[in-house]
Amino acid sequence: MTTTLLPARRKDQPRDARLADRRSRQDHPSWFLWPALAMLVIFFFTPTIYNFVYAFTDWSSFKSEIGFVGFDNFVKLLQNGSLLSDLRVTLVYAILVAIFQNLFGLGLALVLERDTRINRFARAAFFVPVIMSALAVGYVFQAILKPDGVLNNFLTTLTGGEVSIPWLGSTTWTIVVVAIIHAWKWMGLSMLIYLAGLKTINEEVIEAAQLDGAGYWRIFKAVRWPLLAPAVTFNFATALLGSMNGFDIVQATTAGGPGGSTELLNIFIFRTFGQGLFAQATAMSLVLFLVVALLAFPVIIYLRRRERVL
Amino acid sequence: MTTASPTLKRARRLVQPTAAILLTVLLLGVPFMIIIFTAGKDQGAALNPDLSPPATWQLWSNLATVLDEGNMVQALFGSLLVMVPSVLLVLVLGSLASWILARRSSRSMAVLYALAISGIVLPPAVVTIVLLLRQLGLAGTAIGMISVYTGMYLSTVIFFVTGFIRTIPMELEEAARMDGAGPFRVFWKVIVPLLTPTLATASILICLYIWNDVFYALFVIGGRIDTLPLNLFDVASAGLYLQRWHMIFSYIILMSLPLLTVFVFLQRKIISGITSGAVK
Repeated sequence: MTTTLLPARRKDQPRDARLADRRSRQDHPSWFLWPALAMLVIFFFTPTIYNFVYAFTDWSSFKSEIGFVGFDNFVKLLQNGSLLSDLRVTLVYAILVAIFQNLFGLGLALVLERDTRINRFARAAFFVPVIMSALAVGYVFQAILKPDGVLNNFLTTLTGGEVSIPWLGSTTWTIVVVAIIHAWKWMGLSMLIYLAGLKTINEEVIEAAQLDGAGYWRIFKAVRWPLLAPAVTFNFATALLGSMNGFDIVQATTAGGPGGSTELLNIFIFRTFGQGLFAQATAMSLVLFLVVALLAFPVIIYLRRRERVL
Repeated sequence: MTTASPTLKRARRLVQPTAAILLTVLLLGVPFMIIIFTAGKDQGAALNPDLSPPATWQLWSNLATVLDEGNMVQALFGSLLVMVPSVLLVLVLGSLASWILARRSSRSMAVLYALAISGIVLPPAVVTIVLLLRQLGLAGTAIGMISVYTGMYLSTVIFFVTGFIRTIPMELEEAARMDGAGPFRVFWKVIVPLLTPTLATASILICLYIWNDVFYALFVIGGRIDTLPLNLFDVASAGLYLQRWHMIFSYIILMSLPLLTVFVFLQRKIISGITSGAVK
């Protein structure tokens, strides 16, 4: 990234380089940076560093003093099973959301690709869930998916037999249902990014493939899909990492249930914090941070490599 | 999209609009109709929200009831109180910093930039933020919430704006400097006018995040300051409107209206802004 930024003349003469550097410092003084850096350091990095400290204490609402307890919180979370179970739920949820959101988004983008009046309207309409509150979306689907809700009633009239599927009451499948709701809310954003990606594909490449007699699906598989790679990576990464940090939709639909089968790390953190067990909540928050950081590392490297290419 | 055979072309010309309309009706029309119909019913009819229109519409009176009973006006001011300063701060501080990060090219700047944008993916330490705010005496205050949002979303602005400033030719700045303009004047007269579209996109995204945020608000100002989502959480999940769907859906309609109105008027700009920012 840095190399591309250096103006060409600096490479030739080191003396000029030093001069240019000093001038650049005068022309772009550091004090422009300070306010933003101060806010970042105080309100973003400091709490993060605190995470690494207070996760190893007995900080709670039940006592006024805070003492170090080593790995006690993590041992407790491992022993009662919530650490591994919530971590698994969060990862499964994030992967499901990433898959569904991209499937829906890409499907919509392909259907609404041409610039017609209907398509322009539909594209705008699919952005409405994106601007709605996730909590609100969760409540709406809670009502739709109730055992005696509209979906089961519809299926009852459709099949003739009594249908009462517990959409939000299955320890196995509810996580899939909630992930689909999450994907429904955000699919409009993925769609827009896929549409932008489709637009960057050179028409001539597609026309050449058509002249060779390739059909729609073949062109999609052999030409457009590979060229969509940047949009796919961007969408997949943002959906995956974003839903790792999810809370609202799950809280509004299942609040972590049934039986903890949809308990995301953030749901645990919120609940435990509410019970006054601050150190345990911090320990789980640290787990979330570490997992996301671990997953994000390859993503950031990828994004920076792309930046270098541009 | 052109296809080789003309018959196929004609068929696809019909298939595509049908599919578009069908998808829109099924995926959006049905849920939105359920919301509006249910919000227009009385309590008994709204027990099981469905696609049947209300026998007698009472949408306006329901909206008026939640507005009053649900404390929405106060919550609206709470939402604005934390959102507006956060967005302004993030935009101003973010673009000031981005200009330097984009134009200076030392190794330390590269490190600073990487740190500054790390917040895009890394989750904020939500529990210890509360501890920090207590130590600073800002717990439960609007200033505390604004500071937390600013710290969280600066990364997004810095990422967008730094990327954009790098595409602005240095010559534009040089010309202003030749005329004797100092750094601040160059920034204000040359850079800021060019940044407007990028800042507009970034502010829309951040408004959307903050307006709809309930998670961080629950930790920082929950129980102290009401915002629209916090209030919805209270009335829908535990209190006033538990399972009273006509009231919950009326609340949801009212709460979505401000952003929805903005979106309807600016939709073209918003959509093109977001797509051009994401995939370059």
